[in-house]
Amino acid sequence: MPARQISSKKPKNLRYTLRTLFTYMGRHRFLLLAVGILVCISALANLLGNYMIRPVVNSLAYGNPERLIPGIMITTVVYFSGVAATFGYTQIMVKGAQKILFDIRRDLFSHLQTLPLSFFDRRRHGDIMSYFTNDIDTVSDALNNSFTMVIQSFIQMVGTLIILFILNWKLSLIVAVCYAAMFLYIKFSAGKSKAFYTKQQSGLGDLDGYIEEMVSGQKIIKVFNHERESIKNFRIKNEILRRAGTGAQAFSATMIPAVVSISYVNYAIVAILGGIMAMNNKTDIGSLASYLVFVRQAAAPINQFTQQSNFLLAALSGAERVFEAMSQTPEVDEGEIDLIKKTGANTEKQSWFWQKEDKTLVPLRGDVRFDNVDFGYDSKHMILKKISLYAKPGQKIAFVGPTGAGKTTITNLINRFYDVQSGCVLYDGFNVKDIKKDALRRSLGIVLQDTHLFTGTIAENIRFGKPDATDEEIYEAARIANADSFIRRLPQSYDTVITSDGANLSQGQRQLLSIARAAIADPPVLILDEATSSVDTRTEALIEKGMDRLMEGRTVFVIAHRLSTVRNADAIMVLEDGEITERGSHEDLIAQKGLYWHLYHGTKELS
Amino acid sequence: MTKNKASSSPSTTARGQRAPKGVLRRLLRTLFEFYPVLLPVTILCILINAIVSAIPAVFLQKVIAVVDETYQSGDWSSVAGRILTYVLVLVIMYIISLIAGTFYTQMMAIITQGSLKKLREKMFSHMQDLPIKYFDTNGHGDIMSYYTNDVDTLRQMISQSLPQMTIAGITLLVVFCIMMYYSIILALLVVAGIVCMVISARAITNRSSKYFLRQQVTLAKAEAFMEEMMTGQKVIKVFCHENGAKEDFDKVNGEIFFNARNGNRFANILMPLLGNIGNVMYVVVALVGGALLLSDIPNISISGMAFSISIVVPFLNMTKQFAGSVGQVSNQINMVIMGLAGAHRIFALLDEEPETDEGYVTLVNATENPDGSVSECKETTNVWAWKHQHHDGTVTYTRLQGDVRFFDVNFGYTPEKTVLHNISLYAKPGQKVAFVGSTGAGKTTITNLINRFYDINDGKIRYDGININKIKKSDLRRSLGIVLQDTNLFTGTVMENIRYGNLKACDEECIAAAELAGADDFIRRLPEGYNTMLTGNGANLSQGQRQLLAIARAAVADPPVMILDEATSSIDTRTEAIVQRGMDALMTGRTVFVIAHRLSTVHNADAIMVLDHGRIIERGTHDDLLKLKGTYYQLYTGALELD
Repeated sequence: MPARQISSKKPKNLRYTLRTLFTYMGRHRFLLLAVGILVCISALANLLGNYMIRPVVNSLAYGNPERLIPGIMITTVVYFSGVAATFGYTQIMVKGAQKILFDIRRDLFSHLQTLPLSFFDRRRHGDIMSYFTNDIDTVSDALNNSFTMVIQSFIQMVGTLIILFILNWKLSLIVAVCYAAMFLYIKFSAGKSKAFYTKQQSGLGDLDGYIEEMVSGQKIIKVFNHERESIKNFRIKNEILRRAGTGAQAFSATMIPAVVSISYVNYAIVAILGGIMAMNNKTDIGSLASYLVFVRQAAAPINQFTQQSNFLLAALSGAERVFEAMSQTPEVDEGEIDLIKKTGANTEKQSWFWQKEDKTLVPLRGDVRFDNVDFGYDSKHMILKKISLYAKPGQKIAFVGPTGAGKTTITNLINRFYDVQSGCVLYDGFNVKDIKKDALRRSLGIVLQDTHLFTGTIAENIRFGKPDATDEEIYEAARIANADSFIRRLPQSYDTVITSDGANLSQGQRQLLSIARAAIADPPVLILDEATSSVDTRTEALIEKGMDRLMEGRTVFVIAHRLSTVRNADAIMVLEDGEITERGSHEDLIAQKGLYWHLYHGTKELS
Repeated sequence: MTKNKASSSPSTTARGQRAPKGVLRRLLRTLFEFYPVLLPVTILCILINAIVSAIPAVFLQKVIAVVDETYQSGDWSSVAGRILTYVLVLVIMYIISLIAGTFYTQMMAIITQGSLKKLREKMFSHMQDLPIKYFDTNGHGDIMSYYTNDVDTLRQMISQSLPQMTIAGITLLVVFCIMMYYSIILALLVVAGIVCMVISARAITNRSSKYFLRQQVTLAKAEAFMEEMMTGQKVIKVFCHENGAKEDFDKVNGEIFFNARNGNRFANILMPLLGNIGNVMYVVVALVGGALLLSDIPNISISGMAFSISIVVPFLNMTKQFAGSVGQVSNQINMVIMGLAGAHRIFALLDEEPETDEGYVTLVNATENPDGSVSECKETTNVWAWKHQHHDGTVTYTRLQGDVRFFDVNFGYTPEKTVLHNISLYAKPGQKVAFVGSTGAGKTTITNLINRFYDINDGKIRYDGININKIKKSDLRRSLGIVLQDTNLFTGTVMENIRYGNLKACDEECIAAAELAGADDFIRRLPEGYNTMLTGNGANLSQGQRQLLAIARAAVADPPVMILDEATSSIDTRTEAIVQRGMDALMTGRTVFVIAHRLSTVHNADAIMVLDHGRIIERGTHDDLLKLKGTYYQLYTGALELD
């Protein structure tokens, strides 16, 4: 997960990031305005409160009790208003900050849902996850604390200096010099510690990525007896992280004593000089006492300001990454043609129609054609070359060919997971690009090679194919997929909860569920990509019969290595290195004595 | 932070709960074990630092007293020596505190990071020893979260909260003593204020920590949800579920919002409230102090000093310091609660029962003696032997042959449900034994028992006549090559992934294994051939290509017994035939177990076991079984019918 380390880099596109951030904040501008005002009040009250010490102390020192009471009264009022303001802004800010975070998370997730599959295929899941974890976290920290603290410490810093100058400008010159020294020191070391932190973050990301891989590959590790090996590698990464972490923490730990000792020196010098001035009656003790309080206090806001502005910077780079993801171009969907289900003119049965832009209806037939299609996942490596094929309504088209020939890629083009580079794919005569993606995908039922199941019950997983399906429909779909009998034997039957991508089911059972999920959607066109590879032949035959009944008169694309699965297809396309080298029915291809014959013969020979 | 599934499985400790008592003690004990010398020294420095930084208040009083005294008399020269002494002492104290402070923070950095490192290492090594069952029953996200979330909360607690709370606590104690020294009345006043602060801090942190712990749960939930959406992105798009996913996410997102807002709201009340009480306390002390100063009430104090301005002014300072320390402690409470909850979960992981391995029979290189017996030797030979260390001290060697037998084996993943019933079978050296049967019949489970991913409930499994319980697990697994159903590839080059099977293999051996597996051809067509980097479990390869690599990985290990679990299900028949021929050549004279649905794959096996609902219902050669006209016949003719 190298993404982690990026978050500690300086923001690059600062203006865009700020602008976007401000639009989010702008939605709560009244809240934030109130926060700003209250922060100012609270900071000023804090300053004034300390300023008020002078009359109080003086009244004690010089025995003027009549000034004691009003002095204390004013101090009390000031303190209370400060506390009230602090209380107010923290409460308001919580709501504002959390609302902004809520909005950002929601928008980010929604945007991710619109991104094309290539976005997910090219990135590690850990990287995408880190938007939600690391990056939003930094923004969250900044909004929850740093935002108000920076304002407050800035006001206090400036205010303290002003008051110091009003109280005693001569002494304040010394103070100012010391502050400048502190400021420079903090600035300098912050830059240095940042380098340590960057190292630490990348070490952390590396280690986490490693652990993740080891956890998911645990079986392989045990099979090959690699436990010691993996611990050894872990130790190396762990040690790198420890060094970086120690460096970062140790270095930033030197900052506080250094700043504190500068402030002590400052305090001592000012106290001695102030004492001398008091002895010479150039100042009174009350002023000196309150002056010294200010001198001590001034160090804290400087420290806080620098520290918090670093957090703000980190948050900005986090926000930048999030906004960058949000500005990724979504899946293009310029299609206009929609899909609706309607009772047909002649029959009682509901059937599917394409609805064109001008509201005219064209019945869906399931005619799919490829016309000279070229495609590659990157522009250098062409995977499919000049593919032309047609599937007439009701036909069963099979793709066979060696591993890596491009069979799955063809189906990725039909449902527009990817777009063709040249040539076109026609669906009932429409270019698939002119069909709304949502409509296109609804018209296609696909059983994918990797059978991903979601956390939830078996029934919920099947219902995924048709959210409004009744329980009866679910059972029926499971029966078609031949999954019903094994589901009923599970501890809670259809209510059994699946966890960890169905780790409690065998691979074959997972496939049966994903077939049921597709069957319930009852789509006009079906694509089966090695849908039964882990299912025994007898069960497969039963599924096939069920599916054949369901898909009667509809188009089916099948990818399978088991030739028994594809044998009865209307047309078999043999793919080799991205080209269709043979096509025809089983008998035609056997007669041709080409690759298919070899494949078939190979099977025969073995059996 | 986390990838976590808020799993409810019994072996993980649920998030969102406070740690039970005793976790803090165990954590401290662990830290002391890690740094038995450094940690006490550091604590000593923290003590010195805290005491030294609390003491200047005393000297402030002395300086003010002197100034107050001489202010009236105007005779400064007589007290110059005293003032100088005070100032010197102050300077020395500051220097001591500076040194102690620098030392302890530096040491704390070493201790924190070192302890975390050791803890992570402990966790990881322990994890490697856990049985497969643990990984099958716990979500991967949940396991990950030990390293991300829980260690992170611990880091904050060890590096920040513990020292700060120690310092604040000691400062409180010292300042309190000084206060008592000056004036018991005023000190009691301050104590009353502190009691108020503690009561309100408790009330508030009780509420906020409840929400913060819950927030951890919802965050984990959101991340688990995200992870699932990432991996299931294709399925979502296929079924046009984008909007449904958004709605679901909105729900989780709303929960985070709710918990974070409420937690922070209470947490944010804390500091202003404590500050408020602190200020009230300050004003009250000032008022009472002023009143006492003006009236003639005698001062009660340990020192017996009378009231004077030189007591009241430092007292006010101390009051502030006192309130600040209380605030600091309360501010850390949430972090400590979360840190302890994290520590609790980490300890729960460390307490997880490791895979038992009471085996003592080891696998050694051997040479064959002229009389047919075998003896151990150091150099690598192609002959392996089981070294059997008997209780009486004698050692016998059994030649590794690959004879595997099951005697009446019963097994279930859970005690309630038996998956395999009375399985008895034998695989003689050099035989190819196939398992066929319907989906979920228990084929993979049998192989899980041979390599002891799981232990049988009843019956016996013997390997070359030795009960497999007596064989050291690592040696047992070394003698078995397994190609699993789900092909897991690691981040690294293709070459490294193949070499995973045998770390000592040279490039040529890896390439030969790839050729054997029929993978060489496609590897060479990859952009960088054998040096192509694989990421994300080989996402850039097709399923079939991943399987070929997994076979190559097993081939390079060159094991005496091989288990192929649907190893070629995503490979076309022609490539499979090539792979098979290669494997057959490799495995001549060695035992092979095959699980396959494609009957062409198992056809030429020496024995075929037909499994149904965890029982072997038919066994024999292909021809025997066809004659039997049972399930196998049906499977086969079913396949034929389609062919």
